[in-house]
Amino acid sequence: MSAITSNYKKIKDLNPHESLSAGTSLCAGCGGLEGLRLALKELGDDVIICNAAGCMTLLSVYPFTPLRGSWLYTTMGGPVPAAQGVRDALDIRIQQGDMPESENLQVMVLAGDGSSNDMGMGPTSSAIHRKLDFIYFCYDNEAYGNTGFQLSAASPFGGATQTAPSTGLHPAGAELPKKDLFEIWRAQNPTYIATVSPREPIDLANKFAKAKLMKGPRLFICLSPCPTGWGFDPKETHLIAKLARDTGIFPLKEFFEGKVMHNKVPRKRVPVERYLERQKRFQHLFIPVRQEETLAQIQSRVDAYWSQYE
Amino acid sequence: MKPNRKMMLTGNKAAAWAARLARVEYVPAFPITPQTEIVETLAGWFADGTMQGKFTNMDSEHSMFMAAGAASASGVRVFTASSSQGILHGLESLHTLCGWRVPLVMVNVSRALATPITLEPDHNDVLITRDSGLIQLHAETCQEVLDLILIGYHMAEDPKVCLPVLVNMDGFYLSFTREPVSIPDPGLVEKFLPKFKAVQPVFQASQPQARASAVFGGETYSWFKIQQDLAVRHAEKVFIEKAWRFSEMFGRYYLPVESFRMEDAEYVFVMSNSFATKGKSAVLKLRDQGIKAGLLKLCMIRPFPEKAIAKALKGCKKIAVIDQNIAPGRGGIIYPEIVSALFPEKTAGQKVLSVIGGLGGKDIREEDFGTIIQHLGNPKPEGPLYLYGEQDLNTFLKFERIAKPEEVARS
Ligand SMILES: Cc1ncc(C[n+]2csc(CCOP(=O)(O)OP(=O)(O)O)c2C)c(N)n1
Ligand code: SF4
Repeated sequence: MSAITSNYKKIKDLNPHESLSAGTSLCAGCGGLEGLRLALKELGDDVIICNAAGCMTLLSVYPFTPLRGSWLYTTMGGPVPAAQGVRDALDIRIQQGDMPESENLQVMVLAGDGSSNDMGMGPTSSAIHRKLDFIYFCYDNEAYGNTGFQLSAASPFGGATQTAPSTGLHPAGAELPKKDLFEIWRAQNPTYIATVSPREPIDLANKFAKAKLMKGPRLFICLSPCPTGWGFDPKETHLIAKLARDTGIFPLKEFFEGKVMHNKVPRKRVPVERYLERQKRFQHLFIPVRQEETLAQIQSRVDAYWSQYE
Repeated sequence: MKPNRKMMLTGNKAAAWAARLARVEYVPAFPITPQTEIVETLAGWFADGTMQGKFTNMDSEHSMFMAAGAASASGVRVFTASSSQGILHGLESLHTLCGWRVPLVMVNVSRALATPITLEPDHNDVLITRDSGLIQLHAETCQEVLDLILIGYHMAEDPKVCLPVLVNMDGFYLSFTREPVSIPDPGLVEKFLPKFKAVQPVFQASQPQARASAVFGGETYSWFKIQQDLAVRHAEKVFIEKAWRFSEMFGRYYLPVESFRMEDAEYVFVMSNSFATKGKSAVLKLRDQGIKAGLLKLCMIRPFPEKAIAKALKGCKKIAVIDQNIAPGRGGIIYPEIVSALFPEKTAGQKVLSVIGGLGGKDIREEDFGTIIQHLGNPKPEGPLYLYGEQDLNTFLKFERIAKPEEVARS
């Protein structure tokens, strides 16, 4: 299987089926939710989602669920071991002849970047090591969103969060670069890793179409523009996501059979400022005075990333 | 009916045998002394094909309990075991899976909690789960460990219960002590406990469900929590039914509380777990001296069998509740529970003494029971009696002297 086969070419090729209905209590314009909707279009209904505490926990509020498939809310650090328990149990039942293969489920973890990079990372690393057969969907809104946008290990350098505000002493806000979840997973050689964006539904659908046929640990990191935490108008989610790609800040890529492949390489990268200036969390980089050095660092980190592949 | 097989087993081996007889299909595991022998034994049996299903080495107790609960919600019979720091580490998961209302059995091998770190037993670990929604059964002997696990599965899987059950045994005193244990005939056990068939829908394609959803508002939250409380309370009746059925098939009978020489007892020790054996022996010796002593053993701690306790202690004037645990600033954890059970039918002139002993594996010696009797004879109310005497202090100081001889000499 090549990692760049694409079955879907146009939007109208996508599966018309919706496994996730509208009308949830998540914020208008939530990029992560759109990513999940697109993913489930491809995965279908025979999915169990093991959810970590975070924004998505509010998808299923008793007695409602927007999902056609199954849902299990776990804890902030425990969605992956819960997935292990479900997977093991389904395997046992199939193997013992207690359940036909037709009853089998795709086991999927749904967790934010905070859970994925921080509290849930130890158990996840262990599950990758055990070669757990599951899909991990990390919606990356670059902070602890559900608790009001505090710093996570995935918060970007130069962005302000509630617990890493920009001050006279610490003008940049968050002072460390994001953890590289893609590379951390890659070090354990899982079956598949991909980054996806709600702005790239065809790329996303193709990646899920491929991954759903594989076995073993499969990670998706979904760029999740967050109007509430990032500070932009909900109608601009797609614009922000487009800028994340065009500036090269969010590379669309895959890891499969030992190789990393970039899917949509921005030919001529738009300056990162175009992406930053539209979001309140980066406002302090421009107002009252431009933080030239911080802006330059953000740009140079993006350039350095791409220079490895250009 | 085939004759029962008797074997010399440690409490840990007895627990593993119970899981095997129950035809457990899934064991997520993580080692911790003094529990490890249980999961090692089961690992061996899964590895050599004696047991069918899967044994998964997990990365922590938090993960282990998550996996256990999720597997039960997916339709297999689950067993797991832990102790001490493992219980603390997994506590979030324990509360979570109790709310999931999943039937399974876990064993806790009691070991005192850090700090200071030790391997030896007391009950602070198991009692930290007191309010989690687990059903708790406490074993005095290795035989009880085995039997209570089998009864535990029957109870956990009852449609009116659907809750995890914890069976407790003392580290070292039971976990590593070999006792004769009767292994019931597997065919009979299969009759007592048929193959697991979940009464609630389980995760599979034809029955999509949202489980453990968030709630908005106290009305919905309270509804679920009250349901849980009622189910745990109901488990007392179910336990009695299942234990009765067990006795009909295997000849050993259990009740939520066990009365030992309580008929005419004037002095009563309320105890649980393996030290109850020491208590029983003290009772017999006291009776030889003409002191009418008795013992009430708590086999079930959650649900708390308060009516049975009140009934058993009715009219008793001198009661000592021996807690092998300590809640700093409050004392023994079981003491106030016993007092509140007695309150509705309080006997005039009754003295209920709080006794704290056996912390971190410290022995409760025969003379300690004599000390308790003396204190019970004193009509004045008094605070907790710490079973910590001269001999204990000397043992402690002995080590101090070796480490810093000059300082000890000066003081
Ligand atoms: C053990 C524990 N600590 C803290 C929390 C509080 N909490 C709930 S959601 C959340 C943020 C999760 O962040 P992330 O994983 O990035 O998901 P997001 O909220 O952004 O969707 C936190 C800290 C919790 N639920 N559990
Ligand atoms: S806070 Fe952000 S990530 Fe969370 S639901 Fe709202 S938009 Fe989505």
